[in-house]
Amino acid sequence: MKFSEQWLRTWVNPALDSVALSEQLSMAGLEVDGIEPVAEVFSGVVVGEVVKCWQHPDADKLQVTEVNVGADELATIVCGAPNCRQGLKVAVATVGAVLPGDFKIKKAKLRGQPSHGMLCSSSELGLSDDHDGIIELPLDAPIGMDYREYLELNDVVLDVDLTPNRADCLGLRGIAREVGVLNRLEVTEPEIKAVPAAHDEERAVVLDAPAACPRYLGRVVRNVNVSASSPLWLQERLRRSGVRSIDPVVDITNYVLLELGHPMHAFDNDKLAGAVHVRMAKPEEKLTLLDGNEVTLQNDVLVIADEQKPLAMAGIFGGEGSGVTENTTNVFLESAFFSPDAIAGRARRFGLHTDASHRYERGVDPELQRTAMERATALLLEICGGEAGPIVEAVSVAHLPEAAHVTLHAERLERVLGIRIATEEVTEILQRLGFVVITTDSGWNVTVPTFRFDISIEEDLIEEVARIYGYHRIQAAAPAAQLRMIPRQEAQLSAGGMKRTLIDRGYQEAITYSFVDPKHQAMLFDETAALTLPFPISVEMSSMRVSLWPGLIGAVAHNQKRQQQSLAFCETGLRFLPDEKAENGVVQQPMVAGIRAGKAYPEHWSDGERAVDFYDIKGDVEALLALTGAAHAFRFVADQHPALHPGQSAAIFRGEKRVGYVGAVHPQFEKKLGLNGRTFVFELELDAIAKRTVPQAQPISKYPSIRRDLAIVVKDSIAAGEIFAAIENIGVNHLVDLNLFDVYQGAGVAEGHRSLALSLTLQHPERTLEDNEINTAVKAVVEMLTSEFGATLRE
Amino acid sequence: MALSDIVAAAEAAVAHATTPQELDAVRVEYMGKKGQLTEQLKSLGKLSPEERPAAGQAINEAKQRVQELINARNNELKQAELAQKLAAERIDVSLPGRRAQLGGFHPVTKTIQRIEAFFGDLGFRTVEGPEVEDDFHNFDALNIPANHPARADHDTFYFTPTTMLRTQTSGVQIRTMEQEQPPLRIISPGRVYRNDYDQTHTPMFHQVEGLMVDTDVSFTQLKGILEDFLVNFFEEELEVRFRPSYFPFTEPSAEVDVRRKDCKWLEVLGCGMVHPSVLQAVGIDSEKYTGFAFGMGVERLTMLRYGVNDLRAFFENDVRFLKQFN
Repeated sequence: MKFSEQWLRTWVNPALDSVALSEQLSMAGLEVDGIEPVAEVFSGVVVGEVVKCWQHPDADKLQVTEVNVGADELATIVCGAPNCRQGLKVAVATVGAVLPGDFKIKKAKLRGQPSHGMLCSSSELGLSDDHDGIIELPLDAPIGMDYREYLELNDVVLDVDLTPNRADCLGLRGIAREVGVLNRLEVTEPEIKAVPAAHDEERAVVLDAPAACPRYLGRVVRNVNVSASSPLWLQERLRRSGVRSIDPVVDITNYVLLELGHPMHAFDNDKLAGAVHVRMAKPEEKLTLLDGNEVTLQNDVLVIADEQKPLAMAGIFGGEGSGVTENTTNVFLESAFFSPDAIAGRARRFGLHTDASHRYERGVDPELQRTAMERATALLLEICGGEAGPIVEAVSVAHLPEAAHVTLHAERLERVLGIRIATEEVTEILQRLGFVVITTDSGWNVTVPTFRFDISIEEDLIEEVARIYGYHRIQAAAPAAQLRMIPRQEAQLSAGGMKRTLIDRGYQEAITYSFVDPKHQAMLFDETAALTLPFPISVEMSSMRVSLWPGLIGAVAHNQKRQQQSLAFCETGLRFLPDEKAENGVVQQPMVAGIRAGKAYPEHWSDGERAVDFYDIKGDVEALLALTGAAHAFRFVADQHPALHPGQSAAIFRGEKRVGYVGAVHPQFEKKLGLNGRTFVFELELDAIAKRTVPQAQPISKYPSIRRDLAIVVKDSIAAGEIFAAIENIGVNHLVDLNLFDVYQGAGVAEGHRSLALSLTLQHPERTLEDNEINTAVKAVVEMLTSEFGATLRE
Repeated sequence: MALSDIVAAAEAAVAHATTPQELDAVRVEYMGKKGQLTEQLKSLGKLSPEERPAAGQAINEAKQRVQELINARNNELKQAELAQKLAAERIDVSLPGRRAQLGGFHPVTKTIQRIEAFFGDLGFRTVEGPEVEDDFHNFDALNIPANHPARADHDTFYFTPTTMLRTQTSGVQIRTMEQEQPPLRIISPGRVYRNDYDQTHTPMFHQVEGLMVDTDVSFTQLKGILEDFLVNFFEEELEVRFRPSYFPFTEPSAEVDVRRKDCKWLEVLGCGMVHPSVLQAVGIDSEKYTGFAFGMGVERLTMLRYGVNDLRAFFENDVRFLKQFN
C-alpha cells in the first residue's frame, strides 16, 4: 500500500516527521518499505498563462508564446508542444530554473527567436513518462505560484508492506485509524454525505449465492460525461499511490479503493439486460475478461451476471462488453461485500491478481458498502456530471459475518507474553483499536469491529495488545527448562564427520542445486527415471537429482572454465528416486559423494607431477569406510555403470548390498559435460556408513610378529581382491596383517600374467611363534593360491 | 730406543694421523701385539727382578700415556668427521614444505554448524526431514489452509497439487511434534525451495528453524534466546529489535532486525509464539503448553557474518570463493 504522507495527514496529523512516522508504523507491524519523494528535485517552475501564441516564422513545429508568469514583463518562450495554445495555464520553467537531471534553464535562441524559459511536460518534471505535450493546468491555477507548492509536491510516498492479516489497512482509512491509535489522536474522516436520488431508475439485484455475497448495492447514474478529465488533485493522489489515471470513472473507483479500502466496479448500464444476479458460475461457463482473455469458469467462482450472461468475475476482474467505455453515458455502480472464502484462491487459479481480489480475499468491511457507494457517486457527479438514482441494496443479513466475541484472560496474556500489563492499559489499547470491551474479573470480553477479519481467538488479542504496548517494552529473559541430555550415540557417524574426513584429504565441500539439467542426468543415468518439476526456473534446473554427481560435475566444469585445474569436491544431501510406494511418491535418500580431477597432489619442487587416478579416489572412499571401524565389511567389485568408464569403475558392497559406486566418468561424456580430462567420482549411501562399531579393546600381544613375503605370479585377469578374500577365507592361523606391496608386469613374468608381492604378518597373542608354525601357515596359503588361482611362486 | 723416545715418536705419529684408519695404524704400531711398547713389555724378562717393577711401571705408564693420546685424537677425528657429515647434510629450510591438500566446509555449512552448536548447548536437538513435502506438513498443519493468501507468497515448486519442494523447514517441526510430546527443543536446518531467481533470491537456500514447547514458554524468553544468539553469532556489539509481523503459524509474531555499528537495520529472522492451531493440529494441548518458534535464512546470516555480497556465489562453488572460508 503506497500513499502520500500529506494525504494521510489530512486524516490524522501526528507531531512526527516522515521518518519517525515510518518507524512508528513499522514498529506496530505495518512495515514501511520505503519513503520516496513524490517528485524529483526541481526549482524555478511556476504557474503561467499563455497570453499570446503564434507560429514560429522559421520552424513548422514550433510556436512562439508570451507567457504571464506573474512578473512585470511577459516572458517570451518558444514551445514545440502541439497542445500549446493561447489562454492555456501551464507550468513554466523560468530562466534560472533547474529541472530533474540538473538541467538548467538559460536564455536561449531557437531558430532565431529568443526563448526565456520552457513550458514543461510532466515527463520533463519527472512526474510521469507521459510525453503528450505540455501540462494543462486548471484555469483557476494562480499565476506566478511555485509549481511545487501548487501541486503540493513537497511530499513523500510511504510504501507500507502489509502482512496478509491486515486487510483493514489496505486503504488510507485503515492506516489513519492505526496512526490515530498509536498517537492517541482523533481521526478526521472526510465527510461523506448521502447523494439524494435525482431520478428513480433502479436496476434490481438478486443474491443467488447469499453466503458468497450477502450484500450488494447498485446504483444507476445517468448522463455521465466520461470524457471529462480527472482533476489534478485526484490524478496526483492516484499517482502517488502508484496508480495511473485512466478515465474519470476508473479513477474514481480506484480512488475509493485507496481511500476507504473498498473495491468498486462500474458497468455500462445500457449493456445490462434485466436484473443483476450475483451467482455462482455455471460449470464450463465462459467469460471474456477486460484484458481480452476468455476464461472457463467453475461452479465455485462467483460471478456478477445479468439475465443473459455473466458480466464479471465478482470481486476479481470485470468483463469485456459490460464495462465503461468512452461511449458510455449511463453507469451502473457496484458496491458489494463478497465473503473472503468465496474469493480466496480464485484469482490465482486464473493467473490473476487484482487490487480488488487482493482486498476481498483478505476481507473488506461488510458495513462499508453504502459509504463507498455514496463517496463514489458524489465524486462521479462532481467530475462527470449526471444524475444519480436511488441505491438498491440487496442484503442477506443472515449471511453477513457476525461480529466476533473473544475472551482474553489476564492469566493467559501474562503467560504468553511473560510480563504483566496493567488492566487499564490493556483495556485502553483494545478500545483505541475499535474493540468493544467489557472488563471482567479474569480479563476482558471483547467484541471485534467488522473491519478486523484477523481477530477470532485469544492469541489474536494478545498479539494486538503486545503490538500496541510495544515489543520493545517487553523485556528479554532467559528460557527456563529442565536439564535433560540429548542422546548422543557414539556409534552414530554424522554427515559432518564424513565430510571432515574428506576435507582433511583435500576436498572442498560444495553445495549444488537439488534440481539439475535433465539432459545431463539422462545421459549419466539412462535407466533411472527422475522426478520433474512442472514449473522450474529453467529447463536446466528442472530434474530432481537422482545422484549428487551431476551437480558435482557441474561444479568441476564451472571451475575448469576458470583456470582451476586441480579440483576435489564433496557433498552430502538427498537424492530423489521416484517410487510409488514411498511417502509422497519419492525415496529421499541421503548420500555422500565426491569428485576429483586434475593433479593428484599440489605441485611441489621435490616431486614429479601425477594426475589423479582411480586409486586416489578409492583411497578416499576407503578412508570413509574406515570411519565405520568395519572397513573389512566392504568390497569393491568391478562393475558397469552408465556414467562410468567400463574398465575403471567399481560397485561398493557392504555384505551383499550394493551401497555405492566409484570410478572414472565415462570418457564419452567428458566433452558433453564440459569436463577437461579424466574425472573420478564416488557416491555412497550415507546410511550404509552411518554407524560405527563401538570399540571393544583386545589385549596387545607382547610377542614378536613375524613377516613373510610371497611373490606369486598369476594370470592378470585374476582380481587382487579375490586373492585377498581367499586368503582371509582359509583362516590362516595367527595372521594379523595381509598387505600387497608390489604389482609387477614385464620382463621375467609371462605375457598375460603379473606378479603380486604379498606380505603376511603373523603373531600369537600369548607366545612366540615357532618356525614350523609359520612355515605351515605360509605353506597353506601357497598351496591354496596354487590350487585356486594357478599361482606359482616367483623365484 | 729409550722409552721416552718411543712415547715422543708415538705422540708425533698420533698427531699426524688424520683419519681413524691412520690412527688405528699408529695404535697397532705401538700397542699392537708386535707394537713397540708391547715389545718393551716382552723385554722385561731380560731385566733383574729388582729392576722389573720400576721398569714395568714405566712401560705401563708409557702405554697409558699413548692410549690416552690415541683416545683424545680419536675423539677429535670423530668430531671432525661428524661435523663434516652434518655440514654435507645442510638443507635450505626456506624451501616450501610438502603441502597436504586441505579442503574446507562450505560457508553455509559453517554457519549451520555454528547455529547447531549454540542451540545444541541449550539442549536443542537437531532434526532433519524430507525436502519433497506434502501440503499437510508444508502448509495445512502450519495454519496455512488451501486458499490462504500466504500460500501465494511462497512461490512454491509444486509437483502435484498436493506435493511440493518444501518452502520452509517447519514441516520437520510438525513431523517431530506428531511423534513426541513436550517438553520439546529442536532445531531443523536444511534446504528449502522457492520459485524465484534474481540478484537477491536463489531457488534453493537454507533455513534453520527452531522450536521450544514447554509448560511456560513465553515471548520474553523468545526475545531472550534470540538476542543471546544474535550477539553470540555476530560476536560484536549490535542492537536487536523485535518488530510485529505476521506468520500464520505463530502469534504474536515478530521479525527481528539487527543494527551493527553505523549500519542500517537489517532483518535477519522471523519468530513468534506457536499458534494454538498448530499445536492442536499435532495433538498437543495448547492450554497446557505454550511454545516459541523461529526461522532464519542461513545465507543471509552467512553474508552478514563474512561480508559476502552476492547470494548466488554460494551455489556456483567457485573454489576461489570457497577456499576463503577454509
